[in-house]
Amino acid sequence: MPEMTLIEAVRETLRTEMRRDPDIFMMGEDIGPRGGVFLASEGFVEEFGEDRVMNSPLAESSIIGIALGAAVNGMRPVAEIQFADFVWPAINQLVGEAARVRYGTNGRKFAPLTVRVPYGGGVRGGLYHSQSIEVLFAHTPGLQVIAPATPWDARGLLRSAIRSNDPVVFLEHKRTYRLVRGEAPDHEYTEPIGKADIKRAGTDATLITYGLMLHYSLQAAEIVAQSDGIETEIVDLRTLRPIDAETILDSVSRTGRALIVQEDTGAVSVSSEVSAIIAAEGFFNLDAPVMRVTPPEIPPMPFSPLQEAEFMPSPEKIADAIRRLTEI
Amino acid sequence: MAKLTIEMPHVGESVTEAIIGKWLVSPGDIVRRYDPLVEVITDKVNMEVPSPQEGTITDLLVAEDETVQMGAPIAEMEIEGASPEPETAESNEPDNVTSQSQAAQPAGRVGSMIIGANVGPTGGEFTDTSLQTDAPTPSETVTPSAPRRSRRRDRDDRGARISPVVRRLAEKHGLDVNTIPGSGAGGRVTRRDVETYLESQATAGSDELIEPTAIRRIIAENMARSFREIPHAWGAIEVDVTDLVNYRRTNIDRIQNATEHRLTYLPIILRQIAAALRKHRNLNSSWVDGKIQLKGAINIGVAVAAEQGLIVPVLRNADTLTLEETVSEMARIVDGARSGKLRIDDVQGGTFTLNNTGALGSVLGGAIINYPQAAILTTESIVKRPVVIDTPNGDAITVRSMMNMCLSFDHRIVDGAEAMAFLTDIKSRLESISLEDNS
Repeated sequence: MPEMTLIEAVRETLRTEMRRDPDIFMMGEDIGPRGGVFLASEGFVEEFGEDRVMNSPLAESSIIGIALGAAVNGMRPVAEIQFADFVWPAINQLVGEAARVRYGTNGRKFAPLTVRVPYGGGVRGGLYHSQSIEVLFAHTPGLQVIAPATPWDARGLLRSAIRSNDPVVFLEHKRTYRLVRGEAPDHEYTEPIGKADIKRAGTDATLITYGLMLHYSLQAAEIVAQSDGIETEIVDLRTLRPIDAETILDSVSRTGRALIVQEDTGAVSVSSEVSAIIAAEGFFNLDAPVMRVTPPEIPPMPFSPLQEAEFMPSPEKIADAIRRLTEI
Repeated sequence: MAKLTIEMPHVGESVTEAIIGKWLVSPGDIVRRYDPLVEVITDKVNMEVPSPQEGTITDLLVAEDETVQMGAPIAEMEIEGASPEPETAESNEPDNVTSQSQAAQPAGRVGSMIIGANVGPTGGEFTDTSLQTDAPTPSETVTPSAPRRSRRRDRDDRGARISPVVRRLAEKHGLDVNTIPGSGAGGRVTRRDVETYLESQATAGSDELIEPTAIRRIIAENMARSFREIPHAWGAIEVDVTDLVNYRRTNIDRIQNATEHRLTYLPIILRQIAAALRKHRNLNSSWVDGKIQLKGAINIGVAVAAEQGLIVPVLRNADTLTLEETVSEMARIVDGARSGKLRIDDVQGGTFTLNNTGALGSVLGGAIINYPQAAILTTESIVKRPVVIDTPNGDAITVRSMMNMCLSFDHRIVDGAEAMAFLTDIKSRLESISLEDNS
């Protein structure tokens, strides 16, 4: 089984999909000869040519707008937003247009569009290169939002995203790009969109998370297992829209306790939605209040290393939360 | 401060009146919103009326056991600040405000909807008539209504929270949360506590009462009587039955031809016991009214595990029978016991009992004496074991067939020395049996 980093998983999947389907083309800022700032398309211009690997102006609205037009007319564009922090000018094209193509045309048109969005902090990126922007898209009916945490899932889900006939916002956590290394098969497997994955089995509490926080949570689970004998079950959401309520509720029904961990601020967020699902449909299986680990409610990820560390959830903070939850 | 009149809430269309059961508050009491004020009894439901507001109870308008109409005032209270319009009971009284059109109603802080307003987007027109003009007024919707059922308590008797899953599991299994030890924060009963409790209950198992069969009841009475009246003592001895095994093998065809029965160890052993009993008469006796009654006959009972229970048919005058006779007679009474074809004589008059527990795999036992006899002997499993024996060349280890015999005896009649002498007697008879011995 080949091992690779998450960015390698993204790159290899893009490459094999580009080879498989000539309708796939890529566009984004500096993705051409530069290979993208994270080198997701390194060497692609040489292999696929500038017609399929297109540098774009620094205009996110036009990147998504052009990609959407191509998608509606039969292509399978994969657009890259250089940093999630820059996605805001493209919100109208994504939320206002792409999400509504199928509905607005009564099903006659659809938009097989994949928008790759590197996001997340803990990278000393400061105010403009660290944000978590998933909630806006996860809130939008008509979009699919995927946030893989492992190379395996990144490969299987990116393949599913590119092959999906409806728009996908594909969130890649920047800190996981070269931090996370794992197995990822070479064959053309897919992972299902909308299906969470239990990354660690446990009996005492359910921890629901996604992205980089999966790895911090796995560490936290080992910490409390060794220090307190607490066995935490960890549900990796993988898809933020649609959320896999079934897997969450099944796990909570077995553990009776739920902790949601996310890097994004908590108010009106993915964790709010998961909490609501558990409260509405899992109430009579709850043995303790639902708890969350989220950063403080301040506008951006701070640049100061000390403040950034304080802002981000850490394995230790998560371990403390698991202990508090299981003590109730 | 403002005055608020509390009304008997409507609980259902067919319920028109209710009886004041018990007041839970008195004038002067400070209550919080939703605190229970009074228990009322209707022909449909018994319920508690909650307080509509936080405040001080000033007056109870209806005495206990009195019947009142739904909607009638039952108490008065004082609340902080101005009385919020929707929550006073006064709105039920006809007044100028509610009788006017809703559009003219003061909007208040909550605001109200203007029925028939144009809500279309700029330039468009959309006069929404889907809203009902006779929809319930806010005053009616906010008037405290009766709870559908009495308020569920969210704390146990120890003051600890009851979580949703604990409440659900307790209701499902019919448990009282107060009886379950709590290990959570503040002594709270956790889901795991409930599960542990249920497991302990399951381990204990649910008891079941079964009426014993008649024969079971008789066995029970006899066993209890024997163990109660006879001071039991026990002894055991190990017998080398290698020669006995050979004897049986050698004689099996001869006995088969003579009796048409298969020769087992039991008749052979039984004959040696009978012979030993002739010598050790105290083992063939009964303790009767403070005296020892030595039996004239040696009638050996043989315990048989029949389908309906333990039966002990008797082999009469066992010491007088040849091996063939013993085999035939034993086959008759054992088969009779198993098929239920015994005569009354076949089960009476036993003076000593033999139980071949070895057939069940037992290697040691402490049998209960078959009342009122003096002793019971069990023959245990025959097992091959390495044994140290004396040879002309010194000790040697060899494989021998070994069998334990266990004796339970009435210590009033027999002491250990005599009991062991009896066992040793049988042992030496069995160990010295020769292949042609047919005595």
